[in-house]
Amino acid sequence: MARTRISLQGDPVRGVPMEIRTLIAHPMETGYRPGADGKVLARNLIRRFRCSFDDGARTQLVFAAELFPATAANPYIAFHFTPPGNGTLRFVWEGDQGFAQTETLAVRVA
Amino acid sequence: MAGRQLFSRSRRLVLSAGMGMAAGVLQLRPVAAAELPADLLAAMQVFAQGAAVREGRVVLEIAELVDNGNAVPVRVAIDGGAPATAPVVAMALFNERNPQREVVVAQFGVLSGRPEFSTRIRLATSQKLVAMARLQDGSCWFRSVDVIVTLAACIEGES
Repeated sequence: MARTRISLQGDPVRGVPMEIRTLIAHPMETGYRPGADGKVLARNLIRRFRCSFDDGARTQLVFAAELFPATAANPYIAFHFTPPGNGTLRFVWEGDQGFAQTETLAVRVA
Repeated sequence: MAGRQLFSRSRRLVLSAGMGMAAGVLQLRPVAAAELPADLLAAMQVFAQGAAVREGRVVLEIAELVDNGNAVPVRVAIDGGAPATAPVVAMALFNERNPQREVVVAQFGVLSGRPEFSTRIRLATSQKLVAMARLQDGSCWFRSVDVIVTLAACIEGES
């Protein structure tokens, strides 16, 4: 399991956009660099990121991104979220070599 | 004397030719879509899904002089926010001279609320970056920025 950090900027308020910052520990090996032995290192990327919100009745998309080799190691992604009410945020990272990680975060609006 | 006159005339010719070339280069400076490299334009058109790509509206925030190309903070947003009639569906970031043209392709859901994102990218060398936004009405906008990179990513191996 990779280390992740997720932070909400401020307290969630119904209907008010707030920033979410996410960080995940991952080498994001591009598949273009030679290693110490001169051979090209195998590509190992996070390919997809997805954040969705589940309010108990349905799941709706907040933000999704396709990542390419030009994304820096330990991908940092910040975006906005408008809470429609109480519920759970789900963060999913998927990538090469079967990499998959899911984090959840409960949201209670003011 | 005749030889001396000939020499000065040719010198004037060379000077005027040089000035003409300099003026031509200055006129070329603003980057239009037609002046971007073909492979970059091709990647942009795939994202545009056939729509005409127009310059403007998109904001691309990045340091003009990048010390370290391994992790460059960048922010993509919409100038003055998206119009309520046509929210932003997707945004993308492209580069000119990394091994692959695409950097990030982002998709905004109904709960996003603000069409912008920030991330950190790698830059192989000094080059152009292009940020794009696709609106719900199908229109596509882009902004291009030149960056200078002093320490390149991607090229050197594992240290």
